[in-house]
Amino acid sequence: MTASPPHKEFLAGVRDQLPLLLGVVPFGLIFGALAISAGVPPLAAQGFSLVIFAGSAQFIAATMVGSGALPGVIVFTILIVNLRHALYSASLAPHLAHLPRRWKLALSWLLTDEAFAMASARYRRGDLSQAHWYLLGTGMTLWASWQVSTSLGIALGTRLPEKLPLDFALPLTFLALLRPNLVDLPSWAAAAAGGLLAVLLGGLPFKLGLVLASLAAVGIGLAVQRLSSRGDASESV
Amino acid sequence: MVVALGGLATYLIRLSFIALIPHERLPAAFREGLRFIPPAVLSAIVLPELVLRDGALALSLDNHRLLAGVVAALVAWRTRSTWLTIGAGLLALILLSLL
Repeated sequence: MTASPPHKEFLAGVRDQLPLLLGVVPFGLIFGALAISAGVPPLAAQGFSLVIFAGSAQFIAATMVGSGALPGVIVFTILIVNLRHALYSASLAPHLAHLPRRWKLALSWLLTDEAFAMASARYRRGDLSQAHWYLLGTGMTLWASWQVSTSLGIALGTRLPEKLPLDFALPLTFLALLRPNLVDLPSWAAAAAGGLLAVLLGGLPFKLGLVLASLAAVGIGLAVQRLSSRGDASESV
Repeated sequence: MVVALGGLATYLIRLSFIALIPHERLPAAFREGLRFIPPAVLSAIVLPELVLRDGALALSLDNHRLLAGVVAALVAWRTRSTWLTIGAGLLALILLSLL
């Protein structure tokens, strides 16, 4: 297979990201509206999206600002809620290792749940020599739509005509992107364990359940891989 | 202040393995486990959204998100299309709410 030119990879990333906007744009609108109603000044609300660029952490932080939490506590909470990004960083690191530093700095900046999910599917297929342009395309599309939707939410406030269950579009996207990652018995085991443990740990605050479930599930995937490769000689890819 | 420090903390977490910690220094088992991060995390994000309602397990036919999720999973499996998966799941959820 020949490598696609950078601009084609970039545009493919933009195009593949479009369905996610169905979930991301309403999320951004609601964030903008919620931050204003929690008493966050408009510029700071936009600053959350510009600088932190992580939906769940922004929601929790804006709510905490509204309830008068101490700044140090809010920063610490943001840190905990975003710990899962370390998993994404570890997962993508081998694919990005050959890139110049400026690429690593830029792609890390754009690393979100959605970008990671798209990347995990991209790195399962085709020629990978220009795949970083694909990541840049997905990341910049997300970033731009997050800024615009936040601004609109700030401007429109709580007057959002929100009856459609568009928030459901995000889990549905992750479901679609889970599919190409189920390639053998160990990856199925990791997915099954991750899902079940996340349900069991669902009561933990600050997305800690997600982080702990994912870490344990990676261990279970490894264990199943060791057991099954001991059982027969056909090594999984 | 909260924005700047929260942003810095988030950025450092995102940079961690990509730019701060050299990959070769990591133990072999860690590197071998990396390929399980996507299935583990994506499933851990999705399943609670389908089976938990207000923090409690809801494995009944009244849980429309679970039913719509099953429809979407079948579509994802057959078509491998993100658009069709989202479309089928949302459509199922809207139709169930009209019943």
